[in-house]
Amino acid sequence: MFSRDRWQEIFQTIRKNKLRTILSGFTISLGIFVFVLLFGLGNGLKNAFQDFFIDEAQNAFFIHSGRTKKPYKGYKSNRQIKFRNDDLFDVKRKFGNEIEYLTPRIYRNYNIRYKGESNNYSVRGVSPDHQHLEKTIMMKGRYLNSLDIKNKAKNIVIGRLVEKDLFKNESALNKYVEVKGSSFKVIGVFQDDGGDNEERNCVISYSTIQKMEKGNDRINAILLTFKPELGYFGAKSLEERIRKFIKKKHSIHPKDNGGFYLWNSAESIKKTNQFAGVLQLIVTFVGIGTLLAGVIGISNIMIFVVKERTKELGIRKALGATPASVIGMILQESIFITTIAGYIGLVSGIALLSTVGLKLEEYYIKNPYIDISTGVTATIVLIFCGAIAGYIPARRAAKIKPIVALRDE
Amino acid sequence: MGNNSLHVLKGIDFKVKQGELVAIMGSSGSGKSTLLNILGMLDLADDGSYTLDGVPIKNLSETKAANYRNKFLGFVFQSFNLINYKTAEENVALPLLYQGVSRKTRIQKAKEYLKRVGLLEWAGHLPSELSGGQKQRVAIARAMAAQPKVLLADEPTGALDTKTSYEVMDLIQKLNDEGNTILIVTHEPDIAEMCHRVVILKDGKIIEDKKVDQVRALDHV
Repeated sequence: MFSRDRWQEIFQTIRKNKLRTILSGFTISLGIFVFVLLFGLGNGLKNAFQDFFIDEAQNAFFIHSGRTKKPYKGYKSNRQIKFRNDDLFDVKRKFGNEIEYLTPRIYRNYNIRYKGESNNYSVRGVSPDHQHLEKTIMMKGRYLNSLDIKNKAKNIVIGRLVEKDLFKNESALNKYVEVKGSSFKVIGVFQDDGGDNEERNCVISYSTIQKMEKGNDRINAILLTFKPELGYFGAKSLEERIRKFIKKKHSIHPKDNGGFYLWNSAESIKKTNQFAGVLQLIVTFVGIGTLLAGVIGISNIMIFVVKERTKELGIRKALGATPASVIGMILQESIFITTIAGYIGLVSGIALLSTVGLKLEEYYIKNPYIDISTGVTATIVLIFCGAIAGYIPARRAAKIKPIVALRDE
Repeated sequence: MGNNSLHVLKGIDFKVKQGELVAIMGSSGSGKSTLLNILGMLDLADDGSYTLDGVPIKNLSETKAANYRNKFLGFVFQSFNLINYKTAEENVALPLLYQGVSRKTRIQKAKEYLKRVGLLEWAGHLPSELSGGQKQRVAIARAMAAQPKVLLADEPTGALDTKTSYEVMDLIQKLNDEGNTILIVTHEPDIAEMCHRVVILKDGKIIEDKKVDQVRALDHV
């Protein structure tokens, strides 16, 4: 089958029938190219989507205070619930063995000044665990520690863009900035995958904010992560128990859905994963559809090619070509063309993806890629289908009596 | 062709000896093409026997028929049937490819046969660059290159003008003079007269089988 003569015949046929060769090759190249592109873009969309939602810890609870909606135990409805430090301590004491990290949050907006530069930044009063909850990455210096909390230290950790805004090209580390009239020492600079907004934040000890505000003990929110081994149902159960506990402690009606809000990321992760699954399904569907279109295209061309060559095949048969050699020649030629064309399509598709890949991030397509194995599999499927599509008409042509084939005009 | 005999169509008993030049004549529908197709193993007889060079031709698979065609038979067609993207030389070499002859020998033999039909200088030309007569001569060279036992020609001059027809017949006569067995299907009496023997078919039966005095084509050119 792989004799030199056969290859010479094939190369001659290819050389002398350029249009036919280009047509069938182009179909395969285009099919694989579009497949790689769509599959890659689909993957990129999926990546962007997952990144978008999975920046924060995946096992987190966010508990924000709010207003009640039902009167209870002599309190009127629409009462503002206020969290205090002891809420934090109670949660820790009661649920500590199910909790991984726990931090309060106080939201403030402060004007921060360094030399001539000043601007308003969102400042969060937190405890050291907050670093793990936000997946904060330290670029330099350190995050808050327990001593900062204990001593109500005037230390501040600033975001990368805050440093850039205020310090230009200087390093902010160990310099002093003015926050709401007081002097704070910059002990660290962080970056965050959550994007620019996250990097325009600053964090200081929650106890320091409370001290600055006349020694109160208010906090705005409680953030915690549960131990991952709890799983989805363990987290649901913990969520319910924390809800009950807070309602009881703050005298909120057991059936009131106001008073505070608890957001369980396990719940939204589940939805996120479901949506990502749907995206995956669409990507797969589009891929299979493209491949199918390619298969139909190459099948049509192969039927046309064999039809066009019927007379030539008849001549070859009259001169002594066996049916096997006729089928073999057509198949070998078609496999040869589709393999080369498929490879071209695969390589150019991947090349385009890697060229434009980085520029598409603003269109919510991140890191569009396609597994080489997926691409190669698709190419092989197309080559195989092209071969089958060529085999059927080739076998028929080989079976036609030479005299019939010769009459074909 | 020795003692080859066959029963085809409606009881045809017919032998061709080695070295004969036979014309098969008849009006259309008389079965002359069917006869030639069966002789050429391009078609199969329902009944009867056909022996070619002592080999009984029966129960042929397509593959076996292809091998026999390659070994025993050369074809010349009315419409030449050259492969249009191959040069004259490549067309002539093609049956040798299917005989498994090496490339070098193929080229050498193709050149040799092109020389014999007087077209050596046209070896590198495509069929579209040749005249009708030249095409038919290339086709004859192709048929002869495989050194068949029998050359079967179906209306070899049907698409050619008289002068060219005679040139082609001159070539066929010369090949016959060298000892090749040749069967020609034709409906032109002047072509038939250039053979040794004329078999006339009508409605699938041989109505006449006569020896003729060969008219040399060269005399008319």
